[in-house]
Amino acid sequence: MKLIYEESLPKRRGVIPPKSGVTCETLVPANCRRGEKAPLPEVSELDAVRHYTNLSRLNYSVDTNFYPLGSCTMKYNPKVNEQISRLEGFTALHPYLSLVPGGPENVQGALETIYETEQKLCEITGMKAVTMQPFAGANGEFTGVMLIAAYHKDHGDAKRRRMLIPDSAHGTNPASAMMAGFEITAIPSDGKGWVDLEALKAALGDDVAGLMLTAPNTVGLFDSNVGEICDLVHKAGGLMYYDGANLNAIMGHARPGDLGFDVVHLNMHKTFSTPHGGGGPGAGAVGVKENLVPYLPTPRVTKTADGKFEVGKADSTKSMGHIAPFFGNFCVMLKAYAYMLQLGAEGIREASGMAVLNANYLKARLQDTFKFPFQDQICMHECVCTSEWQLEKSGVNTLDIAKMLLDRGYHAPTVYFPLIVHEAIMIEPTETESKEVLDGFVESMKEIAKITETDPEACHRAPEKTPIGRLDEVAAAKNMILKA
Amino acid sequence: MSVPSELFYTKDHEWVKVEDGKATIGITDFAQHELGDITYVELPKAESTVSKGNEIATIESVKAASDVYSPITGTVDEVNESLDASPDVINSDPYGEGWICTLKDIVVDDLNTLMNAEQYEAFLKEEK
Amino acid sequence: MSNYGFVPHGSEDLSEMLAAVGVSSVEELYSAIPEKLRISKLDLPAGISEYEVSKKLHALAKKNTSDLVCFMGGGFYDHFIPAAVDAIASRGEFTTCYTPYQPEVAQGTLQTMFEFQSGMCRLTGMEVSNASVYDGGSAVFEAAAMSFRVNGRRRFLVDGAMNPIYRNMLESYAANMNFEFVEVAPKDGKADKEAIAAQLDDTVSAVILQNPSFFGCVDDYTETAEAARKAGALSILICYPLSLAYLKTPGEMGIDIAVGDAQSLGLPLGFGGPYLGFMTTSKKLARKMPGRICGETHDKNGNRGFVLTLQAREQHIRREKATSNICSNQNLCAIMATIHLALMGKEGLYEAAEESAKNAAYALKKLTAIPGVKATFSSPSFNEFAIDLPKPASKVCEKLLKVGIAAGIPLGEFFPGMENALLVALTEKRTIEEIDALAAKLEAALKEED
Repeated sequence: MKLIYEESLPKRRGVIPPKSGVTCETLVPANCRRGEKAPLPEVSELDAVRHYTNLSRLNYSVDTNFYPLGSCTMKYNPKVNEQISRLEGFTALHPYLSLVPGGPENVQGALETIYETEQKLCEITGMKAVTMQPFAGANGEFTGVMLIAAYHKDHGDAKRRRMLIPDSAHGTNPASAMMAGFEITAIPSDGKGWVDLEALKAALGDDVAGLMLTAPNTVGLFDSNVGEICDLVHKAGGLMYYDGANLNAIMGHARPGDLGFDVVHLNMHKTFSTPHGGGGPGAGAVGVKENLVPYLPTPRVTKTADGKFEVGKADSTKSMGHIAPFFGNFCVMLKAYAYMLQLGAEGIREASGMAVLNANYLKARLQDTFKFPFQDQICMHECVCTSEWQLEKSGVNTLDIAKMLLDRGYHAPTVYFPLIVHEAIMIEPTETESKEVLDGFVESMKEIAKITETDPEACHRAPEKTPIGRLDEVAAAKNMILKA
Repeated sequence: MSVPSELFYTKDHEWVKVEDGKATIGITDFAQHELGDITYVELPKAESTVSKGNEIATIESVKAASDVYSPITGTVDEVNESLDASPDVINSDPYGEGWICTLKDIVVDDLNTLMNAEQYEAFLKEEK
Repeated sequence: MSNYGFVPHGSEDLSEMLAAVGVSSVEELYSAIPEKLRISKLDLPAGISEYEVSKKLHALAKKNTSDLVCFMGGGFYDHFIPAAVDAIASRGEFTTCYTPYQPEVAQGTLQTMFEFQSGMCRLTGMEVSNASVYDGGSAVFEAAAMSFRVNGRRRFLVDGAMNPIYRNMLESYAANMNFEFVEVAPKDGKADKEAIAAQLDDTVSAVILQNPSFFGCVDDYTETAEAARKAGALSILICYPLSLAYLKTPGEMGIDIAVGDAQSLGLPLGFGGPYLGFMTTSKKLARKMPGRICGETHDKNGNRGFVLTLQAREQHIRREKATSNICSNQNLCAIMATIHLALMGKEGLYEAAEESAKNAAYALKKLTAIPGVKATFSSPSFNEFAIDLPKPASKVCEKLLKVGIAAGIPLGEFFPGMENALLVALTEKRTIEEIDALAAKLEAALKEED
């Protein structure tokens, strides 16, 4: 498709902005004005509507295709939540109203939704307090590890500079811990995909600040030693960080707080069904046990005895400060709140149970066709297989299989992650997909496996039915054409 | 996988050649193969001093970014600026035109800690 | 089955699937979690129907006053948003997809991203843009961290007229990075260029400026950018994108990194978010910039297409050596901004900017005609200005809120000593009648006994 800039024609107008009718000139002196008007598009409203509508049709999405992207939880995003997040009673609110005298009286409904969301998440995670400030999962991770740093500093234990991170962790874990000033020690995984306990014991010491654990881990397995891991780290004086990327597998069945974790981050856009938007906006939440409450970011929403909601500034000597200017991605949070209300206690538990069942069902039906490195363990909400059998026999790799799936109308699973599995294919069906959809996917995977034997060349050529063929990523990185 | 006999090697897959008191540094054929199509090289600054094991360059491909560690101690003399325009030379000629930089004022004894071609080949076999 | 979990399985499906897996119950699938650590039920209310959820949230929305006439700004503005922005951006094909890991089936997201980068470059006059970061405040921090990666220096000169909340975020984010932020006191409502030039030396990583300043004052920072360059430092400018349709651009000033929040390009105020952080820079520094970047390329048949590029810098590959931990962008917000730029276009965005500034000029004249009210600063402003009232601004504001007017931001909340100052913002949406009403109600409020 053409770029919007290639569709522009001089003097063509789109939407006309309002005019107040004042006649005075602006106060901006000539030396502070730009030389020429910004060369923005010149198209009609219909041109723009048609352009972006047609662009959107080039995407696969949950609304149009099965999207089993492992580790990303592409579940259905209920439409009522979209409607709610667009109510003028929320979207028209200026955030400074929360901070000026007399302002909070005008935003009581908004403050209540924040307070209630935090309360619900406290119960779901087993934590004492939750903040909705973080903008997304990775930002929540950063917030969480900064809280750990603040805790140790406040306890005169600033020598705790080392963060332990299993080698199966998402890349954001080490990146977030680095930003928080920690040195990283990677803990290897054992043959079962769990944390290697001996390696963990060897790494512990009085310079360890904590351990960041994803549970279930990124291979989709629940490490049964989690209780022992928490004990070991706590005995060494460290804190336990729960990466909530995969909470959607266990919510309603187990709580990070009960498992022994001190701080947890959650991704609203995965577990609580807010749409991914092609890569954001997400919304993060961070929950903490009592000992970490004083360090939470400011501002905090509190409830008075007579049921009013107030905005309190956190203790400035202890609080880690501002992670977001106000209350994070508030309108995203609204969708998560509505989702939790609709599901309720039973629905939340059912959602995770069915997500786990769907993943195990896919694994059961595919295990004769693809190699599952951890075949003997029940997986949680996602299962990881590899293309090793196909690669050995006919030279068809994971990328080829991913592209073959695109031609069959499926978004590909996550590929080449986790790094600890060679040629990984990570499938996360989610609870909102029906058995028919899963069966259809299984048949396609089996068909592809056959083609890898009969016509490997066809696999390398895929995809052929998509709007565009395989793209030259090397040329993109070398030529660096980043704008029009 | 080519491993020229006259060079010295590190476990991080750098090579070094010493001639007339100057060291030339690059990455091995094995390393370029692992990285895939190289798209960018961040070169060291001339006249900066480096110790053995320090990062001297970063090599990016589409799917990976890898640091290059100096095999020996010295001062950066020349850098291969042609890599700015054609970083892929490292893929096609890792031991020749794909050199990264040269060092002067080197600590020659550092060479004793490195592998010769035979040892490096054995190391590669072990790694597999 | 509760019927509330958006789970499609009927009881027959369920038993077939359990049998295929080889377990007798869903609970059995959780056997890897030690039993004593499991729970049987959450202490939360039972689920409710879609209709009841909707009703409850409508009621909560009504508890807010959403029809205040808004003169509040402070970095977030009540600008006009064409209906088509949300109508298109809310399409499921845009909202329910993820990061374009499979570019062949994500060209919609990718081309829009490329157009976003193009639009931000054209607006800022900079060479390269990323595909967005969380918000303006985190963008300022990312710019500082980027500057450190460029020159290895840890000292920053910070304009005291920058957004005080962003200033706090900068401190919070960098708390463990061993950075030093040296605040340079503002002069007449904006950065003190001479004081900054005097403090620039070879220890300074970057100078961080904001234009218009938090107090709404505008200036030209060409000399400051040049002075920074001479000292081997970078210049970072926090910008207000809509204003750039009218004001001198960071590109024209020779700024190294221009950042800010693009909420003004088609995003509702939304009580704080989601907003849209942007980062733009020079081609030379592009590889030091964090965040996603989309690049143009071609497929095997020579068709133009787009992919995420320069990904080797990012966390999923570089892990602890990544340029940042960020692993998403505010993609849907960037799509909204892109559509907004197309709908408003070259003339429309210019008119919205000019109209906002004209309204501000009128409002400043009108408000300073009230006895006892005067402009706090003499520097020229764009669409926002501070006025000094004869009494504490927070009390006056509280009174005006009661009559349906959000008169502005009382500056004493953020700047001790400025208790009587009020920061007033105008957009193209404000009418003469609304401005006149603000003046009348403010005058009345000032006359009232406390």
